[in-house]
Amino acid sequence: MNITIRKYYYGDIPDDNSGETANSSPEGGGREGAWPLWEVFIRSKQGLDHKHAGSLHAADARMAIENARDVYTRRNEGISIWVVESKYIHASSPDEAESFYEPAADKIYRHPTFYDLPDEVKHM
Amino acid sequence: MQLPDHENTFQHKIDVEIKVEPKDWMPEAYRKTLVRQISQHAHSEIVGMLPEGNWISRAPSLKRKAILIAKVQDEAGHGLYLYSACETLGTTREETINDLHSAKAKYSSIFNYPTLTWADMGAVGWLVDGAAILNQVMLCRTSYGPYARAMVRICKEESFHQRQGFDILLTLSRGTAVQKEMCQDAINRWWWPSLMMFGPKDSESTNTDQSMKWKIKRKTNDELRQQFVDMCAEQVRILNMILPDKDLKWNATTQHYDFGEIEWNEFWNVVKGNGPCNKQRLEARRKAHEEGEWVREAAAAYAEKRKTKPQTPKGALAAA
Repeated sequence: MNITIRKYYYGDIPDDNSGETANSSPEGGGREGAWPLWEVFIRSKQGLDHKHAGSLHAADARMAIENARDVYTRRNEGISIWVVESKYIHASSPDEAESFYEPAADKIYRHPTFYDLPDEVKHM
Repeated sequence: MQLPDHENTFQHKIDVEIKVEPKDWMPEAYRKTLVRQISQHAHSEIVGMLPEGNWISRAPSLKRKAILIAKVQDEAGHGLYLYSACETLGTTREETINDLHSAKAKYSSIFNYPTLTWADMGAVGWLVDGAAILNQVMLCRTSYGPYARAMVRICKEESFHQRQGFDILLTLSRGTAVQKEMCQDAINRWWWPSLMMFGPKDSESTNTDQSMKWKIKRKTNDELRQQFVDMCAEQVRILNMILPDKDLKWNATTQHYDFGEIEWNEFWNVVKGNGPCNKQRLEARRKAHEEGEWVREAAAAYAEKRKTKPQTPKGALAAA
């Protein structure tokens, strides 16, 4: 009895509307197959914002989201997932933090406690 | 002088419990110690899937099988949280994995022991996860932010691991004579290796001093080990079993359990690579990595291909 086993590559499972032809060849297939790093943000329930949960390597956004679901929401921790390639995250420099945030330090009049109103003033 | 200033600022931060984050300045030795410790921890989670994975196809019931699968899945996830934390320190995932496969990096030596019976699943859950939990709860307060946050996430998931292990032993301890014997035998084989999980005695641990100063570790090896013994000595009674230590005795003066001397030769031997399963574990990991290469390449190739094609509504991701 002849048994043929066909390997399905990730995403290769035929779609109904698949437009792929037999000639389409994968570009960059010669590479080691390096997957970029993605940062994962999860919204745990409606009304809250997405919080950074961690990172993972994935070939593309869809894989990143599916893997994020498998890794970060096994116990219903999330109802929405954002993934961003780490290289697109820009961050302020911790070394410059002191001078960068300095302007806020001496503007105490931005806080309600700066204003001393008589007790009789209600609802303020 | 720039350097002394940085060092003092850094130590001050540590002293007042301000967490260190990825892009902050840190002493090179701090970074190196963390990379070593976090990657070892990550490797342990992944290699730790193997002794338990062994029993997934042999679990005695569907319920136990489902539970064991869930536990092993968790370990994979924990490995990822830790690899991610490690990556924030500047080493690539590839480098980290290569160090494991080339045997340059270590992992917790407990996973170099074989799981011989179903009762081993219980002993591993109760003792090995129990020991891990103590260590991990302590690490929730570690000074490096990403490591601490990974620990918090891990701790939430880890407690079911220990409970399901104890549950297995409890069931066996209330069973037939053969089951009770199997239960005691598993405890006999896993007790001492679990104590070794806490590492060498404080007096012989080269890393502990600096790790405590930088608050990477918050409790010493001996402190954690004592906590563990005190806990298990009580819990084992509920199983109507004994811990295989003739020197285990309550000490009313210290309010702790005294316990026997660990076979340190065995510990160092296993750490150096001569444990019962060291070779098998590494071979399994290397094999998985090599045999998975076509998946990694294909996924990358497919992703490239998809980039050049227009997005169809079917494939488009929902707007955030």
